Amino acid sequence: MEIGDFRLLAPEISLLGCVLLVILLDLFIKQKRILATVSIAGLIVSAGFTLVMWGTPPVVILSRTLAVDAFALFFKFLFLVVAALIILASQDYVNKFERFQGEYYALVLISAVGMMLLAAATDLIAIYVALELSGISLYVLVGFLKDQKSSEAGLKFLLLGAVASAVLLYGMTLVFGFTGRTCLMCIADFLQGMPATGILDNLALLLGLILLVAGFGFKIACFPFQMWVPDVYEGAPTPITAYLSVASKVAGFAVILRVFFVALGAPDWMSLNWGMLFAILSAITMTVGNIVAIVQSNIKRMLGYSSIAQAGYLLVGLATVGMATGSDTSGQSGLIFFLMSYAVTNLGAFIAVIAISNKIDSDAIDDYAGMGRQASLLAVALTFCLISLIGLPPTAGLIAKIYIFSGAVRHGLLWLVIVAVVNSCISAFYYLRVVKVMWLGVPPSKEKVPSSWALRTALAVCCLLVLLLGVVPGSFVSIAETATRFFGS
Amino acid sequence: MDFNYYLTTIIFLPLAGLVIIALLPRPEPRTVKFVALAFTLSSFAMSMLMFCLFDRSAGAIGQIQFEEKVSWIPTINAFYHLGVDGLSLPLVVLTTFLGFLAVLVSWHIGTRHREYFIWLLLLETSILGVFCSLDLILFFLFWELELIPMYFLISIWGSARKEYSAIKYVIYTLLGSAFMLAGILSIYFTTGSLSMMELAGLIPAKSIIPLAAMFFLLLIGFAIKLPVVPFHTWLPDAHTDAPTAASVILAGVLLKMGGYGMIRLCVTIFPEAALQYAPLLVALAVVSVLYGAAVTLRQKDLKRLIAYSSVSHMGYVLLGIFALSQVSLTGATLQMFSHGVITGLLFALVGLVYDKAHERNLDNLGGLARQMPVIVVVFSIAALASLGLPGTSGFAAEFITFVGCFSSLAVEGIRVYTIAGVFGIVLTAGYILWLLQRVFYGPPLEKFNGVQDADNIERVCIFSFASAIMLVGLYPAVLTDIIKLGIEPIVRSIGL
Repeated sequence: MEIGDFRLLAPEISLLGCVLLVILLDLFIKQKRILATVSIAGLIVSAGFTLVMWGTPPVVILSRTLAVDAFALFFKFLFLVVAALIILASQDYVNKFERFQGEYYALVLISAVGMMLLAAATDLIAIYVALELSGISLYVLVGFLKDQKSSEAGLKFLLLGAVASAVLLYGMTLVFGFTGRTCLMCIADFLQGMPATGILDNLALLLGLILLVAGFGFKIACFPFQMWVPDVYEGAPTPITAYLSVASKVAGFAVILRVFFVALGAPDWMSLNWGMLFAILSAITMTVGNIVAIVQSNIKRMLGYSSIAQAGYLLVGLATVGMATGSDTSGQSGLIFFLMSYAVTNLGAFIAVIAISNKIDSDAIDDYAGMGRQASLLAVALTFCLISLIGLPPTAGLIAKIYIFSGAVRHGLLWLVIVAVVNSCISAFYYLRVVKVMWLGVPPSKEKVPSSWALRTALAVCCLLVLLLGVVPGSFVSIAETATRFFGS
Repeated sequence: MDFNYYLTTIIFLPLAGLVIIALLPRPEPRTVKFVALAFTLSSFAMSMLMFCLFDRSAGAIGQIQFEEKVSWIPTINAFYHLGVDGLSLPLVVLTTFLGFLAVLVSWHIGTRHREYFIWLLLLETSILGVFCSLDLILFFLFWELELIPMYFLISIWGSARKEYSAIKYVIYTLLGSAFMLAGILSIYFTTGSLSMMELAGLIPAKSIIPLAAMFFLLLIGFAIKLPVVPFHTWLPDAHTDAPTAASVILAGVLLKMGGYGMIRLCVTIFPEAALQYAPLLVALAVVSVLYGAAVTLRQKDLKRLIAYSSVSHMGYVLLGIFALSQVSLTGATLQMFSHGVITGLLFALVGLVYDKAHERNLDNLGGLARQMPVIVVVFSIAALASLGLPGTSGFAAEFITFVGCFSSLAVEGIRVYTIAGVFGIVLTAGYILWLLQRVFYGPPLEKFNGVQDADNIERVCIFSFASAIMLVGLYPAVLTDIIKLGIEPIVRSIGL
């Protein structure tokens, strides 16, 4: 181990330093807003380190446990941006738990560190540790409101999360037992050296693979591991719901992409099988998410199911990665671009929901009646994000879908694309219901909905990005293409 | 330096108007209307200028003019690529013309002016984009862009079951475009190109995804839009419940996106598949014509009646397209233009009648000729044009279409189909004359005594429509000369 390795960990280390600072300052400072400022400053510093390292040749450090490659750096930056936006958007919300603001910010940041490590991890053990680091802080955050719903959500999330972790660990054990290695590149080498056989001849590996999918599937909330989503999303503080649905899901996809592509991607007899598995899961996930979302009357639950459906679209990208033979990376870049677009869109939608719910003190969709007049700008922003979630122009959602589906068509998944586009039609139904209520309903009062400048800034950033990704996607697409460069690929 | 951004200017002028309206702090309704008018009018003026500058010489056959091409998403080979040829130019002019008139039609709109004109302008931009795009992804983007403004226009300013109709419209169209997207991606996968101009030559004879599958994936989207029976059920609802201007745009140009797409993509890119499946589509066309007209005969609601008549008239377009001859395709394109103006006018007039008499049910109307002398004259012109009276654009378009179909070699037994289609005109005469008589003639009713005739702005609007009808009717070559230039290379690729 060299000291230089730690220099490459500057983003994580600086952010951890910031966490300690926040916890310490919390002891002395009365004015809690300063903690938010410190947290954001820490995120910016860390993002700065990430940007500086962008473009350096990929290396793997700390005895092959962490990679510093374009892929990891891209996701680190994305998590930092998301965390910063979440903290900005929390400003209107933190008053609900006056006493624990310091812990709140610290936990958000720790979770971000966990996700950053997750995106970089190239070793099964490191992956597990990073997953728990981000997971445990999220369990606490979900139960942060300490009322009945929030506590229930926290406990449910903890219990199911623990089971999922156990399943994942068991899957990792089986893969380790089969290959005798924990580092992803070494597993890949081992599999390459094996005689080409069918997956059914290696039952232990097959079982390991399925358990890995199950464990990670919980994180990204794909079918059949999506049951926790609506309850947890509804009970958690809304900024944390947004954090869960965006950062946590993106982290899940990042780690799946790395594990499956780097470790299990090479021999066709492996990859075609898990590709097809993901394709089937994808079709079911999006259908279940969309159909159940139709009957929801609570906006957080609806967005929960919608995020399940979106995970279904994202799985199209993973399936493409599996089905791709040769060096084509359209699956990866499609997935990464979709993750980018999903992150800003969903975040925007949630931030608008935070602002509106704060005022009307309700999450029922029917109570959004007349928001078009009561809070025009918020309603415009929410409408815009919902349109992006449907996948209509001029937003990120449309380009993301075109991009990810074009890869899928190229690798023989036309049937899945047709399932997906029909699903987008179904989704229009429930997204537009919110739009309809906001713009056609009669407002109960003429009172304007207030929102802090911090929240408005966060919302404006999200909407601007949604628009830019939708109208001039060229440079973002090339970033996504660059980010497909893994260490070892 | 030559100015070469005609199309960008035309497409984005309405959008610029939209931005200004959105940014004005607390504007008066009057200001909003004048901004919208100014921008749609200048877009129309630009398109007329382009119409005059368009090269009509024989050397321009199959040439794209006013082309603009900028790289847009390099990694998937997508370009910001605009251009017009003989096929799209008339439709661009039609769109800017109706866009401008739609603002006049909406002059007396009651509530939420600002939002209303924002959506109307966005709608115009998106339709213009569809007709000018030469890149499949850009085309698709504009195609989808039209949904949201239409949804809002119907659901906020509509009448009766407006919310139901709006969502029905969106879901139907979205379903069509969903298949279309799958088709576009299949084409991209097969050829590696998204350029609508290059694709025709790039499609291999055999590919992994069957050509017929791609052809139908695209066709479904367009067939829903056109609409072709049995995909037409969204149309009567959407038209009936939409506000007048939205109906004008919807019937006038939105339906044409379907016909345009069929010619530009289905027929041009897959001439062999088009030839192979032409009998089926021609049969569907005749069904649309006859079924549409028969259903129209039974309508009691004025607006619904005009809406159903569109199904029937769009059947002629489908018939003309899949008869696949030079003359029939020219006729179909002219019919799209002509129907746009005629039905646009009819909807505008129905809107006027309803605004003034507050009645749309044929059973309760009658004798309005006395109260509305101007409206009745213009209504008669539109109605007669709709049934194809010589001297109006309806006659020119339908005549050319039928002549082209009758002599077509593409489909076995096309003559029988054509004759069956011509019978649709008889039905049209039936419902149109019946409509005129029920609404305007007969003894004057006492309850309509205080009803006013069209005011000045409304007169400007309906007279403009009527003069366009007469102009094209008396001198169809003003358009057919241009349309021919776009149609000829397509017919050549069919090779009959």
